[in-house]
Amino acid sequence: MPTNQGRRTTLKLGLLAVLWSPLSVFAARKPKPEKMRPQTGDHLVFAYGEREGEIITPGDITLNAKPTEAFPKHLASNVTRSRSRLNALLLVRLDPQSLSSVMDKYAADGLVAYSAVCTHTGCTVEGWDAATQELTCPCHGSKYAAANGAKVLLGPAPKPLAMLPLKIKGGEITVAGAFSRKVGFTVNKY
Amino acid sequence: MKPLKYAIALVFCAFVMTAQADDLFNSDQSNLKSGTLLKDRPAYSSVTDQRLSKPEARNWLMYRGTYDSQGYSPLEQINSKNVKQLKTSWTFSTGMREAHQAPPVVNDGYMFVTTPHNHLLALDARNGELLWRYERELPEDLFQMHPTNRGVALHGDYVYMATADAYLVALNARTGKVVWEQEVEDYASGYYMTMAPLAASGKVMVGVSGGEFGIRGFIAAFDAKTGKPAWKTYTIPAPGEPGSESWPGDTWKTGGVPVWITGSYDPATKTTYWGTGNGGPWMGDARPGDNLYATSVIALDVDSGKLRGHHQYHWNDSWDWDEVSAPLLLDFQRKGKTVKGLVHPGRNGYLWFLERGKEKINFVDAKPYVKQDVFKSIDPVTGRPEYNLDRKPQTGKVTTFCPSSWGGKDWPPAAFNPKTRLLYIPANDNVCGKLKGEEAEYREGQLYLGAVLEEFEVVLHEDAKDYIGELQAWNVDTAEKAWSVKFKSHNWGPILATSGNLVFAGGTNDRYFRAYDASTGKLLWQQRTNSGVIGVPVSYEIDGVQYIAVQSGYGVDAEREQALLNLSQGKSTYVPQGGVIWVFALDK
Repeated sequence: MPTNQGRRTTLKLGLLAVLWSPLSVFAARKPKPEKMRPQTGDHLVFAYGEREGEIITPGDITLNAKPTEAFPKHLASNVTRSRSRLNALLLVRLDPQSLSSVMDKYAADGLVAYSAVCTHTGCTVEGWDAATQELTCPCHGSKYAAANGAKVLLGPAPKPLAMLPLKIKGGEITVAGAFSRKVGFTVNKY
Repeated sequence: MKPLKYAIALVFCAFVMTAQADDLFNSDQSNLKSGTLLKDRPAYSSVTDQRLSKPEARNWLMYRGTYDSQGYSPLEQINSKNVKQLKTSWTFSTGMREAHQAPPVVNDGYMFVTTPHNHLLALDARNGELLWRYERELPEDLFQMHPTNRGVALHGDYVYMATADAYLVALNARTGKVVWEQEVEDYASGYYMTMAPLAASGKVMVGVSGGEFGIRGFIAAFDAKTGKPAWKTYTIPAPGEPGSESWPGDTWKTGGVPVWITGSYDPATKTTYWGTGNGGPWMGDARPGDNLYATSVIALDVDSGKLRGHHQYHWNDSWDWDEVSAPLLLDFQRKGKTVKGLVHPGRNGYLWFLERGKEKINFVDAKPYVKQDVFKSIDPVTGRPEYNLDRKPQTGKVTTFCPSSWGGKDWPPAAFNPKTRLLYIPANDNVCGKLKGEEAEYREGQLYLGAVLEEFEVVLHEDAKDYIGELQAWNVDTAEKAWSVKFKSHNWGPILATSGNLVFAGGTNDRYFRAYDASTGKLLWQQRTNSGVIGVPVSYEIDGVQYIAVQSGYGVDAEREQALLNLSQGKSTYVPQGGVIWVFALDK
């Protein structure tokens, strides 16, 4: 049986070999722009439908309507960040007076952008109950409170949906910062 | 020493040392964990096509134990006389949530178990000691509607797992190291896999899930040694191919028809038999026609993938009645003759008896085994049902029908005991479904259902106050029900039949795993477990001791149905999650 000291040496030397091995270039690659998470200054475009790819303006989103699915877009480089599901957004307009204070930093004139990816197992949150202002996940029935930072009301989702801070200036909606939390689901650790 | 020589010596030394570190920790892959030292692991019995065709009674080498999918063990040390003395031998906590449905597959002391999120555990089947654990790193943008996995296949010295990101992975059975992995399809288009692969004739075969995402279903085979693709057969014919006339326009491209349960195999004719899922989107009026080969059994040549025959259980599905369970291959008596048969308790609520002919599948007979209000009649020659159209969901309408979309029996496999001649069905009765159809727009990798999930409801028959779940036993020679055990709970329990005149199954929401007298259905033994038992039970023997093994770990559709039953019954039944492997043997 090797001693602890021996083990440590083995590991150090092993590590050295790994660093030298030409096969082990693990340097973190920067994601492609179309897969990068939303960046400050990005605009939002319609993800689907007749107006797919068009820039969304504040007037496009009606109060209490079913969420509009959107992707962030970097205008200067003409790149829509649609090649990762983790960039899918749900855009809703709610009464600004009704919003919880946790949303202060994220909402703009009642306009809120949530991640569309359920925190349970990563399904796309598609459902909308206008009466209760609940976002619902079709896969396993999780319900999120749209006016309360997507707090989980029901179902197996462990965490609220991530929020993306928005800014409205000169009639344009832009992204004002990073998501409020990690987007998507996490496998439990045992 | 010159610097260059020194560097070379150091690299050499480091490689030697790294190899030593490997043996100490078996940690050359970040996603491989080891419980015992490599040198302490037992020898591994290579798995040949011959062994798979006639597995030793002591082993459980595949999903249903044998190619005929009977789920039957010839072991009888544990039997209806002594099963009361069955005690827990060991348990192992997987540390995972969601649906634990995989059978513990056993080959001479090695046990292989898969969990949700594609962890694969190798254990010493005698005592539950962890040999190694492979943890697949799934992509973070995966859309997982069904976080589960239904087990491994074995061939040669490799163990195979189909993954949620649509890869087939081959690992060294003794060490857990990945030998090869092969992309089966692009997960971003909605393809995923949950089934145990089928290994036969030097190949490993898989089918794909994703019917709810607008995929085009298929079964694909790969060389067991190298992973090289061998053949790929679509479940929806392309324009010009036979059957393509049953799909209008471009509907074939996104028509679903997934295959998400392991097929059966007849080594005598080298034919595999697979059950297929429903067409997509769900409303049949979105794809008028029979939609071949949806909701069917299809027979494929194992070496070429060529279609040899099919039987469609019901045409133009609109109920989400996947018929994915592969038929059981067994001989039954009809009108004084022995029929080489295919037997399938359908999700559509009918029990189907078919004949596996040389180049075609013939209809024999069919009858409902739960309340079914959709079929008006069945053509006695072809087996084609005529529908009560008021019970067929349509776009823009709300329709109620029995049984619900989860059917008379969903994926949990039935079992057959050749001694009792009884087929054991994990059934659900008295639960009807309500679907509202809507137009669906296809978007790659997104849900493509054509039904309003928020308005997906269960409607209970008045008899539901007496029972919902059932364990039914049918005599295959008379096509008559012999006995039935009824439960208040719905039943999602896969079945094991044994030569000891026993039937083992869990499936109810009270977390019990039970043993019944195979001839009478009398409850003989039960054990309360950590969670709901929706795993496939198995039996194996080592050193003269017979074991029964099963995973307990509730989730996915059993849990979803529980949530809807709670709503309609005004209850708040809660089944805790978390997976545990349970292994039982007789108390000495």
